[in-house]
Amino acid sequence: MKVNGQTQPCPALLTVQALVQSRGLDPQRVAVEKNGHIIPRSRFAEETLCDADTVEIVQFVGGG
Amino acid sequence: MADKLILGGHEFTSRFILGSGKYSLDLINAAVHHAGAQIITLALRRANEGGVANILDYIPSGVTLLPNTSGARNAEEAVRIARLSRECGCGDFVKIEIMRDSKYLLPDNQETIRATEILAKEGFIVMPYMYPDLNVARDLAGAGAACVMPLGAPIGTNKGLTTREFIQILIDEIDLPIIVDAGIGRPSQACEAMEMGAAAVMANTAIATAGDIPAMAAAFRQAIEAGRTAYLAGLGRVRETASASSPLTGFLHD
Repeated sequence: MKVNGQTQPCPALLTVQALVQSRGLDPQRVAVEKNGHIIPRSRFAEETLCDADTVEIVQFVGGG
Repeated sequence: MADKLILGGHEFTSRFILGSGKYSLDLINAAVHHAGAQIITLALRRANEGGVANILDYIPSGVTLLPNTSGARNAEEAVRIARLSRECGCGDFVKIEIMRDSKYLLPDNQETIRATEILAKEGFIVMPYMYPDLNVARDLAGAGAACVMPLGAPIGTNKGLTTREFIQILIDEIDLPIIVDAGIGRPSQACEAMEMGAAAVMANTAIATAGDIPAMAAAFRQAIEAGRTAYLAGLGRVRETASASSPLTGFLHD
């Protein structure tokens, strides 16, 4: 599985919610894209991931 | 009647859009308050590690968030960033920034028009950053932009209104708020933009690189308010020769 450009192993039945939390991030503060499609926050807990997936996790930072 | 800035049906009394880049999260609250800002810009980036404070926790409640699409090199990338930003749950505003050049960070006007069209149709309140060109501004208006944001000078240069004449043309010809974005380095330059009839000014680097960030935010607020008041008052005329302000009769030597 590729997360934010980095390859990492994907545990079985890993959910988006679990992935976000495993990185110490607040699910309420991030947006997630899986294979180019946005996963709505309401689906984080049920959306599972596998080794073939490419995931982007983004959040707001300071900017002009 | 109150003087309000209206963007996508939302009303604002402040005409100072504050950037949040390049300074400490701890200063954001004070900068917003000193600026009197009701809109603050943000960027969207990969979230790689937790434990780092989230900027949203530092922005006072009630302030409208304006995510930008910085990092986008074409319309598709800008649309992707805008959709992800909206998914963060912070409203429908988006400031489109599309650049292909990292030296001057000049916006790609044609791609910006394309992105504006797509995002406006999706219900975004689109605020496009652009190089001041009347034809492009008309196309942006036609594409559904909520305002037009011409640059005064390249981002982060603090050089001021180097595009002054062309911004004036947009102010005179475009029936949307013209918000001067980028390059404004001093309160006097922000004031001048407002005197010209700009609807608002956006500033980041001028504040972030000041010696005292909250104090500079306050100085910009005062300058923008002064410029707006002057614009509404109607500037006095310019003449080539003198025009006495005191009576030309009753001199002691008469």
